[in-house]
Amino acid sequence: MSVNDQTSQQRRSYALLPSGPVSRFTWAMKDCWTIVMQELTHLVRQPSTFAWQLGMPVVMVLMFVYVFGSAMDVTGQGAGEGYVDYAMPGMFAMTMAFGFMNTAFVVTLNKEKGFMDRFRSMPMSPSAVVTGRGVSDIIQAGVDLAVIAGVALVIGWRSGGSLAASMLAFGLLLWLRLALIFVGIYLGLLIKNTEVAGSLFAVAFPLGFISSVFAPPEMMPGWLGAIAAWNPVSSTANAIRELFETPGAGVGEASYWIDGHAIAGAIVWPVVIMAIFVPLAVRQFRNLSK
Amino acid sequence: MLSSELAVQTRGLTKRYGEKLALDGVDLSVPRGSVHGLLGPNGAGKTTTVRILATLTRADAGEAVVAGYDVRNQPREVRASIGLVGQQTAVDDLLSARQNLTIFGRLFRLDKATARRRADELLELFGLADAAKRSPKTFSGGMRRRLDLAASMILAPNVLFLDEPTTGLDPAGRREVWKTVRDLAEQGTTVLLTTHYLDEADKLCDRISVIDEGRNFIEDTPAGLKRRIGDERLEIAADDSAVLAQVAQIAGRVAGAEVTVVEGSLSVPVARGVRALTEAAAEIRQQGLEITDIGLRRPTLDEAFLHLTSRTEQEAAR
Ligand SMILES: Nc1ncnc2c1ncn2[C@@H]1O[C@H](COP(=O)(O)OP(=O)(O)OP(=O)(O)O)[C@@H](O)[C@H]1O
Ligand SMILES: [Mg+2]
Repeated sequence: MSVNDQTSQQRRSYALLPSGPVSRFTWAMKDCWTIVMQELTHLVRQPSTFAWQLGMPVVMVLMFVYVFGSAMDVTGQGAGEGYVDYAMPGMFAMTMAFGFMNTAFVVTLNKEKGFMDRFRSMPMSPSAVVTGRGVSDIIQAGVDLAVIAGVALVIGWRSGGSLAASMLAFGLLLWLRLALIFVGIYLGLLIKNTEVAGSLFAVAFPLGFISSVFAPPEMMPGWLGAIAAWNPVSSTANAIRELFETPGAGVGEASYWIDGHAIAGAIVWPVVIMAIFVPLAVRQFRNLSK
Repeated sequence: MLSSELAVQTRGLTKRYGEKLALDGVDLSVPRGSVHGLLGPNGAGKTTTVRILATLTRADAGEAVVAGYDVRNQPREVRASIGLVGQQTAVDDLLSARQNLTIFGRLFRLDKATARRRADELLELFGLADAAKRSPKTFSGGMRRRLDLAASMILAPNVLFLDEPTTGLDPAGRREVWKTVRDLAEQGTTVLLTTHYLDEADKLCDRISVIDEGRNFIEDTPAGLKRRIGDERLEIAADDSAVLAQVAQIAGRVAGAEVTVVEGSLSVPVARGVRALTEAAAEIRQQGLEITDIGLRRPTLDEAFLHLTSRTEQEAAR
């Protein structure tokens, strides 16, 4: 038996290239799906990676709710009162926000390990490398949310909103995650190696914490509060608080204009992020061949 | 326009990274179905050349045609014709060996069943059938390399680029890879490989381009290259300098060439190595001279480069 037996008997030919815009599109979709399957197979074969990734938000939920939460008075009804309901939407939003690190890490890893080169030297759709990443990240984010929601239900969190409003809330969370995927792809392509990717925490922490995730910006010093209020993560967190009809959400007059327009913010911020980072990511992808 | 009769042809490939001129005019002509070696030291520009030919990097200047297609203007056609095994192994450690090959098969437009069948065929062919379900993480370097090679041959490419395919492998692993490359070439695939090793280029290649500092200054057959590099040398060491002087006389007579003596050992170029060695050894023994070492040595690649570069400079100066 030799290398060229059977399947490969036909030498390579133009059959490997799409012949028009329609077949180019369907092939791009198929390639994207193949990459998605590859990524999802990782989760099945190595559930521990996935567990680690989920571990952080779950530990954070428990820590904040039980350790710090008992000292927090977010509803004005006494320390600890209603903090689970306040913090949970924040945790959801933060998990989505921190997800970009994961995207960036995997993109950098693929680049570092020569995977990107192999894909780029193949007659597959070049965009599939990136779109496949995006789709599998969204699927993974959906699973993340489901697990954290499960933990939240166990510790006593309930959505006060209608089913439709709750679904919309999860939709807004995934919308934020989608926008941040492009940030992750851009950073992943920009970053030299996975060691540097590890230090993205330095970017992620302020993004996650200087926000309304754990405490209302009104409780922070003025300038910091303003930054926190205008943080895209805050808009999403506040929007889903509204949709979950979290007690105490929007109590008192909103100190910042954006506080009063959380749902609009949760829709528009991701659009702004994508408007900036999609072109950046595309340019960075093209720069790979520099 | 470059010829499309050749599998790979480049003219004046130039690539600059900031201050560093990585390629300074690389000209290659690789006939279809041949195995061509790019031989050069670290930083010579081998990987850069391969990356440009595999459409991963764009050249600043110069032309390159691969399998009849221009790498700059027809990258998709080039990609449909080539296989690439990069300097690093690009296999997915989180998947099994079989899953790795199946994914690549799917990306080569095979349907699911065919992709699986092809994966199994290749695993069999590369001696990985027993390890099909294992993660490449648990593989030896040679096994990983073979899996990597298998992935580049899902559909036998017209032109295959191998960037240092045997670096880090033990002799057995190297021989396995060599055999695979020869098989492929026999089936009509053109192979362009890079290497640091003279013996590897010698064993595998029809022709060798020697590249250094971004320029390929010599192209020749392995035999021709060895001739240019110079013959083997007979080296003899002795503790006693008087003895060494006597031995030098013998060696000079046997080799018919000028002997150089440095620090207790002598060195002389020999045309027919084994014969010179045995003759010299016999005579040394006959005269009862006490030596500590005797052997044949080929010039190392470093010496060869020094030799080749200085000669081309001399030729250029003339
Ligand atoms: N992406 C890059 N950015 C900056 N410099 C680069 C880059 N790639 C290569 N170079 C430089 O270009 C030169 C040629 O590198 P190349 O990798 O082609 O050498 P090589 O012959 O493959 O070496 P080796 O045997 O070490 O693999 C080197 O000086 C290298 O430092
Ligand atoms: Mg190299």
